[in-house]
Amino acid sequence: MNHRAIRAIYLFEMARTWRTLLQSIVSPVVSTSLYFVVFGAAIGSRISQVEGVSYGTFIVPGLIMLSVLTQSIANASFGIYFPKFTGTIYEILSAPISYFEIVLGYVGAAATKSIILGLIILATAGLFVPLHIQHPVWMLAFLVLTAVTFSLFGFIIGIWADGFEKLQMIPMLVVTPLTFLGGSFYSIDMLPPTWRTVALLNPVVYLISGFRWSFYEIADVSMAVSIGMTLAFLVICLVVIWWIFRTGYRLKN
Amino acid sequence: MSSIISVANLSKTYGSGFKALKNVNLDIKRGEIFALLGPNGAGKTTLISIICGIANPSQGKVLVGGEDIQTSYRKARSLIGLVPQELHTDAFESVWATVSFSRGLFGKPKNPEHIEKVLKDLSLWDKKDNKIITLSGGMKRRVMIAKALSHEPQILFLDEPTAGVDVELRKGMWEVVRGLQQSGVTIILTTHYIEEAEEMADRIGVINKGEIVLIEDKTTLMQKLGKKRLTLHLQGKIASLPESLRHYELELCDSGATLVYDYDTKGERTGITSLLGDLRAAGIRFNDLDTTQSSLEDIFVDLVRTS
Repeated sequence: MNHRAIRAIYLFEMARTWRTLLQSIVSPVVSTSLYFVVFGAAIGSRISQVEGVSYGTFIVPGLIMLSVLTQSIANASFGIYFPKFTGTIYEILSAPISYFEIVLGYVGAAATKSIILGLIILATAGLFVPLHIQHPVWMLAFLVLTAVTFSLFGFIIGIWADGFEKLQMIPMLVVTPLTFLGGSFYSIDMLPPTWRTVALLNPVVYLISGFRWSFYEIADVSMAVSIGMTLAFLVICLVVIWWIFRTGYRLKN
Repeated sequence: MSSIISVANLSKTYGSGFKALKNVNLDIKRGEIFALLGPNGAGKTTLISIICGIANPSQGKVLVGGEDIQTSYRKARSLIGLVPQELHTDAFESVWATVSFSRGLFGKPKNPEHIEKVLKDLSLWDKKDNKIITLSGGMKRRVMIAKALSHEPQILFLDEPTAGVDVELRKGMWEVVRGLQQSGVTIILTTHYIEEAEEMADRIGVINKGEIVLIEDKTTLMQKLGKKRLTLHLQGKIASLPESLRHYELELCDSGATLVYDYDTKGERTGITSLLGDLRAAGIRFNDLDTTQSSLEDIFVDLVRTS
């Protein structure tokens, strides 16, 4: 194992975060605070409790997931796309480093950033609404699992994209709608039966449901199903990445 | 001298069907400077890319330091430093950070003394804290070389190292390359500048249309393939050549003041002795003569045209 190479990539990527602190950390925190102001205070005050929890408190796990999902994808996709764009990928490909180690460096850094961000948003939320986490270990486990899985997904997008437009396309057109429709701001029990069935096809529902359960023991689907679905997505991402490196897809001629 | 790189029956066909390399066989000797010459699209960069792990071969085998580049890629790649043709740099990193990053990527422990030496050798020490984006093209090129040298490679690939670099800097780089060779590094360079190959290389390979057309010691190559030109400066101008000299295919230049005779050093007979005898017999006298050897460029152009 070339642990020095993993460390080099990891630290390089983390250094990029500190260089772009405003964009990486401050911007998501500001936008999440605005969600609390709009949905929690302004609109939330007119909504009765959701399954025994005030609306402002109810949306906290969903809001954290919203940022963690989008930032994991953005961080990882940009992390691997940028060396492809500038051409510096030649150095990664010609170094004595395995594909697994490359993924570990890039995805590890992207996931770390998202986890830090998730925890910052959690702390920010604590300033707006009272928080109580029933299962902190599960909460952290879900946070890490989601950050890693979606960083892997972002890595795939970064490899697949051959232009900045494509890099934005999947996060903008697929992930953001799925996240908004995944129960960030409501329980899917509030939906009419038909839409509830449709909602269950959305993988984000399982993530948010499991994550919310770790906070309030409120869930749209069972915890086992949530973990199972997330792990299934993780495995799919791993298989795709394995295939990318085996074939050299969009990396090697 | 033992081979440090051994390329056997290497072929590369791109997805489009274009055959970039056709059954290439090549051995690079340990410690030499090998220049790979070829016109654009000849397959130089493809060959380097495959050896370094950036492109996959379609067929064939490559050993670097006795290690297979596919089955034992870690050992093989750790011996190689690569300076690609294009200036690929992390614009917002400092020189020191990007060179240190390269060392880490190759699995080497931190060694600030070595990085300092490399930067000083390449006249980059005073720029170590500068962001790469602020550097000139020539400096960026040297940063690329510093990155490639950061992990103390035994083999250095320089793909068009002096493209777009001014004459003074080019000569400075030649000095650096010579210094590296003296420290035991094997150097493979591709270049468009024949002058560069002529100046630097121990051996020269010519590649054209994906095939190695020739591999030869530089001096042997120039002797073997080099045509020479004999120029005779006549005592008096002549209007035309006498019949007895027709078969020498002489050229009368400078309004009849000089005679030019091209001959092949490879030939059994150069014809110089008989030419001089026949000139004397024809009453043509000269007061000076000189010979010039054709440059590598002439040889190269000839080879590429005929292959």
